[in-house]
Amino acid sequence: MKNMMEVKDLTFTYSGASEPSLKAISLPVEKNKVTALIGPSGCGKSTLLRGMNRIHDLYPGHRYEGAINLLNADEKAYTNILDIKKEAELIRLRQRVGMIFQKPTPFPMTIFENIAYGLRLSGVKKRTELQEVVEQSLRDAALWEEAKDRLSHDARGLSGGQQQRLCIARAIALKPEVILFDEPTSALDPISTLAIEEMISVLREQYSICIVTHNMQQAARISDYTGFMYLGEMIEFDQTDTIFMKPSQKQTEDYISGRFG
Amino acid sequence: MELFFRKIAQLSASLVFVILAATTIVLYLSAKPAIEEFGVKFLFESRWGEEEKVELSPTELSDLESLEADKGAPINDDFIEDDDDFIMDDEDFITDDDMEFGDNKSRVVYGALVPIVGTVFSTLIAMLFSVPIAMGIAVFLSEIAPGALAKPVGIAIELLASIPSIIYGMWGLFYFGPFIAGLFGGNTVSLLVAGLVLGIMVIPFMAALSRDAITTVPDMLKESAYAMGATKLEVIKDVVFPYARSGIIGSIILSFGRALGETMAVAFVIGGVYQFAGKVTDPTNSIPVVLANSFAESSGLSLSVLFYLALILFVLSFIVIASAKVYFLRKK
Repeated sequence: MKNMMEVKDLTFTYSGASEPSLKAISLPVEKNKVTALIGPSGCGKSTLLRGMNRIHDLYPGHRYEGAINLLNADEKAYTNILDIKKEAELIRLRQRVGMIFQKPTPFPMTIFENIAYGLRLSGVKKRTELQEVVEQSLRDAALWEEAKDRLSHDARGLSGGQQQRLCIARAIALKPEVILFDEPTSALDPISTLAIEEMISVLREQYSICIVTHNMQQAARISDYTGFMYLGEMIEFDQTDTIFMKPSQKQTEDYISGRFG
Repeated sequence: MELFFRKIAQLSASLVFVILAATTIVLYLSAKPAIEEFGVKFLFESRWGEEEKVELSPTELSDLESLEADKGAPINDDFIEDDDDFIMDDEDFITDDDMEFGDNKSRVVYGALVPIVGTVFSTLIAMLFSVPIAMGIAVFLSEIAPGALAKPVGIAIELLASIPSIIYGMWGLFYFGPFIAGLFGGNTVSLLVAGLVLGIMVIPFMAALSRDAITTVPDMLKESAYAMGATKLEVIKDVVFPYARSGIIGSIILSFGRALGETMAVAFVIGGVYQFAGKVTDPTNSIPVVLANSFAESSGLSLSVLFYLALILFVLSFIVIASAKVYFLRKK
């Protein structure tokens, strides 16, 4: 069971759309590896990612076909997360599959409360336990040194790069199994981007990661596997080196070499 | 052309200050006789249009005695009994300004406490009633209702906000007042009815403004909270409200200011009597209502008193709106 998550023949149609936005997509997310999704705008890579924690379901009317399997905690079998109906189970799913968005989204509360928020939601009340997790998460997100003296300050006072690291710390405080990154550095400067990329390569040791990026160099730098998507289809999926060095599909090669997209 | 356009724009903008200054000056000048007569005590005086005997200083007394000696008339003319002559006395008292001590030995007292208390309490009742309901509407429209429902309800709310206040007043007097009196006892016109009618009046206004504030919360921020495993209630409570806080508080303060100055709706249902409401179901009075009801029959000092009252309302509203502005500037 080396795959943490498996998308199988997923077809996804947005509410009110006649054509599906994802067409029979398959994608493995291997355990403790970084899987990158690349492709031109509108190819469906974010749509796919947002299906993997079913954040799409916040808006009614979207349709899924196929399966998204998530490895059970006992690592013996998979559960199809598309079968989840109950609100409580969806909440549990989102705690197991964390998500980082295009822009930093600090909650309107203090730095400490931002990190502790997920734990509080899942019922943790003990101050000492919260403090422990907050410190550890901030350390893992390489933010502890900068933030330790201002834990009680509003999180919106941090810089953009720090805010994004805060969001990552917030996600890992819940000890998820998979972390989904939806173009996490698209709003950041090169130095902050580098810091996030370094963090992702460290996080890989504990988590399984799937990242959507419009930046091919980023995918080449940090991922183990890369999937190239185009117009809602998975054109090619392979090890990152293979995709970038000797892709088997003409379209992949054209995109990688900058001929379109 | 460019210059002309710029001048016109400048002129329009400076007109605002001219109007503001002119209003303030006119209010103050007209109120001046009353301010000189009653001073700050006006704010704490609960009598309105009652006569009181004037206690005279010794020098005045001696003047008076000499006057009395000339006239040979008794000192203790009892004017209090002549209640019917109240308005006439009032006029005498104003025209013979410097004769008042010698002639009447009493003066008419005006105090703003009853209308001030009535205004503040009817507005507070309105706020207590409208804030929770308006917040419910705003949250429902922006977060819970599906788009197909949120649109028509949103438009209905905006239409409701455009109903002239006199219609609320009539409805309050003929239908809502008796209904409330049946429910809680007391009069069909009362502080409670006035507060509730005011509350109903500002609900659409407050709900529309709060909804606008809530819709500025970025979807991505809400999604981040959902992605942490939050429920809808938790997202609204922990993310939406704190994020939209300044906008929501602004809508409440603006509604507060509106309720404070509301005249017609309140005039119908508050009763218009110069007495404190011992119970919320008692009738009382409010500043705009006193103004609207009394202008036609006032002159001289009693008119000046109304201007003094108007000045108080002006300052009260100004403080409310200014504090809202200060709050916004501090937040952004």
